[in-house]
Amino acid sequence: MEPLSWTGSIAFLNPVLAIALAGLILSILAWILINIATTEGPVIVNPDGTLKSAAGPRGLAQTALRFTFLASVLLALAYIVLGVFLGSNAGIVGAISQQFLPVWVSLIIVFAMSVAFKRRLGLYGKLFDSPVGMIGFGLVMFWVFTGIFGALDLIVTHDPLVQVSGMKNKVPGTPLPNLDESQYAWYLLGGDNLARDVFSRMVKGAWIVVQIAPLATLFAFMVGITLGLPAGYYGGRLDTLLSFLANLILAFPVILLFYLLVTPEIIATGVPNYMAAVLFVFPIIFVGVLLNSRYYTRPNFRTPLLIGVLGVAIWLYLSLISTGGYVINTKDYAIWGLPTFMDLFDVPGGILVVFVSVVFVNSPTVFRIVRGLAMDIKTRDYVAAAQTRGEGPWYIMLWEILPNARGPLIVDFCLRIGYTTILLGTLGFFGLGLPPESPDWGSTINEGRKLLSIYLHPALPPALALLSLVLGLNLLADGLREESLKD
Amino acid sequence: MGLFILRRFGVMLLTALCLTFVVFFLTNLYPNLEKLAKTQGNQRMSDEQVETWLENRGYRQPMLVKYGQWLGVMPGFTNTLDDGQFVGTCARPGVAPEDTPKFCGVLQGEWGYSTVFKDDVGGIVSKRLGNTGYLMFWVLVLMVPSALIVGILAGMREGSVLDRSLSTFSIITTATPEYVSGVIFIAIFTSSTVGLKWFKGTATQAMDNPTFENFFLPVLTIALYGMGYIARMTRASMTEVMTAQYIRTARLKGVSFPTIVMKHALRNALIAPFTVIMLQFPWLLNGVVIVETLFNYKGFGWALVQAAGNNDIQLLLAISVVSVFVVLLTQLISDIGYVYLNPRIRIS
Amino acid sequence: MSKLADYDGPILEIDKLSISFFTRLREIPAVMDFSVSVMPGEAVGLVGESGCGKSTVALGVMQDLGKNGRIVGGTIKFKGRDLSEMSAEELRDIRGNEIAMIYQEPMASLNPAMKIGKQLMEVPMIHEGVSKEEAYARALEVVTDVRLPDPERMLNSYPHQLSGGQQQRIVIAMALMSKPALLILDEPTTALDVTVEAAVVELVKDLGKKYGTSMLFISHNLGLVLETCDRLCVMYSGEAVERGSIHDVFDEMQHPYTQALFRSIPLPGADKNSRPLIAIPGNFPLPHERPPGCNFGPRCDYFEEGRCDAQDIPMFTVPGNDRHHTRCLKFQEIDWSAPVTMADTKEKAEIGQTVLKIDNLKKYYEVAANALFGGGHKKVVKANETLSFEAHESETLAIVGESGCGKSTFAKVLMGLETATDGQILLDNRNIEQVPIEERDAKTVGEVQMVFQNPFDTLNPSMTVGRQIIRALEIFGVGNSEAERRQRMLELLDLVKLPRAFADRMPRQLSGGQKQRVGIARAFAGDARIVVADEPVSALDVSVQAAVTDLLMEIQREKKTTLLFISHDLSIVRYLSDRVMVMYLGHVVELGTTDQVFSPPYHPYTEALLSAVPIADTSVEKQHIVLEGDIPSAMNPPPGCPFQTRCRWKSQVPGDLCEREVPPSRRVAEGHQIKCHLSEEILKSMEPVIKIAAE
Repeated sequence: MEPLSWTGSIAFLNPVLAIALAGLILSILAWILINIATTEGPVIVNPDGTLKSAAGPRGLAQTALRFTFLASVLLALAYIVLGVFLGSNAGIVGAISQQFLPVWVSLIIVFAMSVAFKRRLGLYGKLFDSPVGMIGFGLVMFWVFTGIFGALDLIVTHDPLVQVSGMKNKVPGTPLPNLDESQYAWYLLGGDNLARDVFSRMVKGAWIVVQIAPLATLFAFMVGITLGLPAGYYGGRLDTLLSFLANLILAFPVILLFYLLVTPEIIATGVPNYMAAVLFVFPIIFVGVLLNSRYYTRPNFRTPLLIGVLGVAIWLYLSLISTGGYVINTKDYAIWGLPTFMDLFDVPGGILVVFVSVVFVNSPTVFRIVRGLAMDIKTRDYVAAAQTRGEGPWYIMLWEILPNARGPLIVDFCLRIGYTTILLGTLGFFGLGLPPESPDWGSTINEGRKLLSIYLHPALPPALALLSLVLGLNLLADGLREESLKD
Repeated sequence: MGLFILRRFGVMLLTALCLTFVVFFLTNLYPNLEKLAKTQGNQRMSDEQVETWLENRGYRQPMLVKYGQWLGVMPGFTNTLDDGQFVGTCARPGVAPEDTPKFCGVLQGEWGYSTVFKDDVGGIVSKRLGNTGYLMFWVLVLMVPSALIVGILAGMREGSVLDRSLSTFSIITTATPEYVSGVIFIAIFTSSTVGLKWFKGTATQAMDNPTFENFFLPVLTIALYGMGYIARMTRASMTEVMTAQYIRTARLKGVSFPTIVMKHALRNALIAPFTVIMLQFPWLLNGVVIVETLFNYKGFGWALVQAAGNNDIQLLLAISVVSVFVVLLTQLISDIGYVYLNPRIRIS
Repeated sequence: MSKLADYDGPILEIDKLSISFFTRLREIPAVMDFSVSVMPGEAVGLVGESGCGKSTVALGVMQDLGKNGRIVGGTIKFKGRDLSEMSAEELRDIRGNEIAMIYQEPMASLNPAMKIGKQLMEVPMIHEGVSKEEAYARALEVVTDVRLPDPERMLNSYPHQLSGGQQQRIVIAMALMSKPALLILDEPTTALDVTVEAAVVELVKDLGKKYGTSMLFISHNLGLVLETCDRLCVMYSGEAVERGSIHDVFDEMQHPYTQALFRSIPLPGADKNSRPLIAIPGNFPLPHERPPGCNFGPRCDYFEEGRCDAQDIPMFTVPGNDRHHTRCLKFQEIDWSAPVTMADTKEKAEIGQTVLKIDNLKKYYEVAANALFGGGHKKVVKANETLSFEAHESETLAIVGESGCGKSTFAKVLMGLETATDGQILLDNRNIEQVPIEERDAKTVGEVQMVFQNPFDTLNPSMTVGRQIIRALEIFGVGNSEAERRQRMLELLDLVKLPRAFADRMPRQLSGGQKQRVGIARAFAGDARIVVADEPVSALDVSVQAAVTDLLMEIQREKKTTLLFISHDLSIVRYLSDRVMVMYLGHVVELGTTDQVFSPPYHPYTEALLSAVPIADTSVEKQHIVLEGDIPSAMNPPPGCPFQTRCRWKSQVPGDLCEREVPPSRRVAEGHQIKCHLSEEILKSMEPVIKIAAE
């Protein structure tokens, strides 16, 4: 097999793309400079009542920007489309784009459906009015689909853990020696210092993030909301105590906490299991109180509902915290948990401790946000109206205050997933928690950085992947904020 | 005001006590002690040997007693081993048992003895802190003014071209954690593959002889990540102020736009970001640890990694005390500064 | 910079002005074909409901319409020069120097981080380039002119250290610093208490005369315009509908909207039973949904299809008066003096037995003296001091007072959100003053309900209207099944005259008046017997106020409800209440039937309050009583009589009795009590504040 070049048979597009990109950069610069230098020109009113800027240097720069931007986007699309059809004939770019085929298809379906029905989808639909939000959503969904399909072994080309001799630190596009039938012929993004496929590791790494980050953020929100609402609503001593605890955790340098908590020795003592047992109770309390406060006036509807929902929730909770029949199993003592035959899933100790610490670090910030929002909303008349008709405090908190705080919370949720992704990367970077051979982005960057001055290819793909995912989440949050303010 | 600061100090002390106890508790859990015994003594010790080793050196005393000894409110543990070696919390190599002080806790100014560096913790911490302080100084010099300028320029005219370009820039920097930007910088500016070689990929020499070449990249890496966040906060605050009614009053009073920005908007717009900058410190510490590891700069963060990796209890405790105090001090400064900047609270 | 050369034409001439705002989707015209002129020394009022475009006109004059606003037609000439042709530099010279503006929210329009002196001195320093010392002297002079005590200290303080009334005086001082030729006042007193408002209005009038300034006075309150202006212009949905002198418009109105407006506000003589208000039917049109032809057409009694909606209506000059204009095709055909076709007069409801009895109720709060720094000492705030009164079935009892008088605290104690410090509240002879709401049974809770002030805040924005009412029904234990409750909810919507389709709407799809109706429906979900209405109409537009008030009255008549009507607006209180209770700083200073309270003898505070309320009727003569200073803070009340710091009768009481002792509550007539030290004779000698001139 021949080594692959970057673009193969579609190399003729390269100069065109270079010109388009150069044009784009130039027109951005010109646009900024012209806008600083000149004042706003006269504005023309169109017959349909909209406004249009008049021609002139400003208008010109804007038009140039639009065209070069469109050209660059179209060219990028051309690379992808040609790549999908030509595959490895179109070089590394083509091969990668072909591997990502399921992701492209899913993205097209999601966008087409969303744009078609955007008026009926509430805030989510409005996202498709904002270009920033759309770009962000696209980036995020790209990695979500990559994660999911990667986990289904659709995108990856090699086993991310298997070392192939002779492939150590090989550059992108290197063909495998001693190729056998079932193997993919190249290391598309090269091999790392243990001769594993960088491309497959990056794709598999997405799955770890996509699995843990949103879930951990969700748990952090449950904890933050369950504690933040009463702190903000009641105020007083409860607030002082909870705020003190939250500040305590916030004053702890995150990295120190990780170093103390995420070690094999701590896992052996069972401390993370205790923390998990405490932290994971909050969603159950949350759901239970939520339903009870709403339906307590109708006991014959509420009681079966609560039994059903809480039963399932408690089962999941016990499955989550117990491993091999024990909640805690250390050398000296053990606490019995759910018997193995009822245990739905086991979480490895390493993952559990990472999960718990990330939730633990995030929840005080959520707590502070929720507390602030609750303090603000509780002065509204509709809260007073609920009080004067004798509603319980939890109904007011969960059904009168919380739904009206959802805007800022959704925005923060997106930002926080990004932040959690960064935290996970930090953990990986210091080799904490996850097993050393794990393909997560942080660990991969850490391994790659040691030889960075000679070999770029092992460290850069995961770094750029992480960057684009977090950027997508930030843009998504910005788009959401903008659109939710427009009401 | 005095009472307020006093109260804040009280809360600070309480927080520091709680946090150090948590660190103390976690580092003194049995598996950690076992690891310590094996690294200090012998990797192949049996469980009983570990137990005796720990017993002899006072590690098996009750947690609170040990904490009290560390604080210096309880007399230090002493013991003479079977082979005549004198050990104890206050014992130092080369110091005779008679000269060993009775108390040797934080209150006596004794930070303990590092098992990794075989040196006094106080000395190690102050030396490493000096290195990091130098780094942080330049980070702040680079980060704060540029973040404020970017934020104010962007928020001055909401929705303008300048705003949109600067906002995009700040979003990108907030999405780039230090270990990503650092890797990218090293790849672009130092590697032989790209061949620019403008800067050095390590900052090891910067400890003795900092130059632009070996010191700029670590500073830039930390500054960029924090900058985006502060800039976005400043922008948000600035746009809010610029739509406030008193700005319209000023405009309709005939005040020119530059004067409005400088005299009327700036002070009000800086109140929120000031708090943010100060609360940014715990996160900056994160960045310091990452960057010092990445660029091999032996500062405070590097010491933290060494201490934590080897369960060096005394050093780890000292490091957490210092970092907790840095965080709490900045919180205190942020409170005082907030009160100072905001006359609505200052005079009431 | 010198002022523009002397000029004797109109100061401000707006001719056929049209202003539009542009959004991504469409153009939204805010002002159309608007003309007005202001002569030197003249005060012109601009009146209309919210959203009619009156503030947009003001901003148009200032050339400060923001990014999306554009003048799309017509001209604005200031002293003969077209403002829209001026450069940014020239405009800056004029702003603050020749044209100054005063806004609604004094707190928001002062820079919180800048000392007041600096903010004032800035004006002459920019426009006339004077030195710091001279500017300071100037500021001192103007601050003395706006009658602020201790001007030097004022200049050296920050805005938040002053009360609302003082802040507004500072804003006025700032506007007058450069002795402008034109002063634009945009609802300058809406955020202030009535007695403070009266003082500020008085001040503006005097200073206008002293400085010879022309004024453009924007307000929704016809009474205020009557007191301050020479001429006025009534606006409706972006257009001027009638323009003329005060006399022309108030007494010889030529537009159906003006007429309807006057009929919907409670003037002296209106009565809920014999002469009810006539609400304007329908809703204010949204800017992009204006009807063809006359904007007021769909709500007008004189509407003629095919004529009024056929073409755009121009402004007509009223024959015989070339400064009186109207935008009505039919103004010469309408018989303007025809008597009002009475809405059916109603039977006066029989007042039943006592439902609620309050006896010596006290509510004290403990407050940390210094919230931020958490000082050790605590202060006791006496929010309610010895409240005693009774309320009967089918009765409307008005509780009147300004901010800090304790009316809201009383409502909270009655509702059970707080418990009383002392005294008792008897509901059907059961004590409820110590029973917090969570311990009250569903029936008691349902019987005592509340209607809130702010319509935009009273409904949960993320729940449908129907759901919110059903929830109230659930809590009050009404109905046995979902279906039954839904049926009951639809009936409640009928009761408040809302279409049943509203059940599935979200609150944001409703107008302010409609939301307030939902609030009323919710309050009556548990068959309330006592309803506390906390300023239920004060946030609504005038034309909607009448309809909501009438609805409340009608439900009351039907359900025999006891209505506790909290308000600061004496006109509406006089219109609908049977008895009135006047409160000041937690004390009940006067209590009696409506007639007793509105005629002498008065408590000195009631007297001042009555004089302060602007009345939109040229035939009413008022005594002018202006109270000095502001309402003291409830945290720091004066010793003795709470009102002694502002009382104009204080000198009539021998010794320093007023400063030493809280006066006892005295019965001056059957069911009429006054808390005052003044002697019988002096009380008897009081003159009525409001006199209706004989016609």
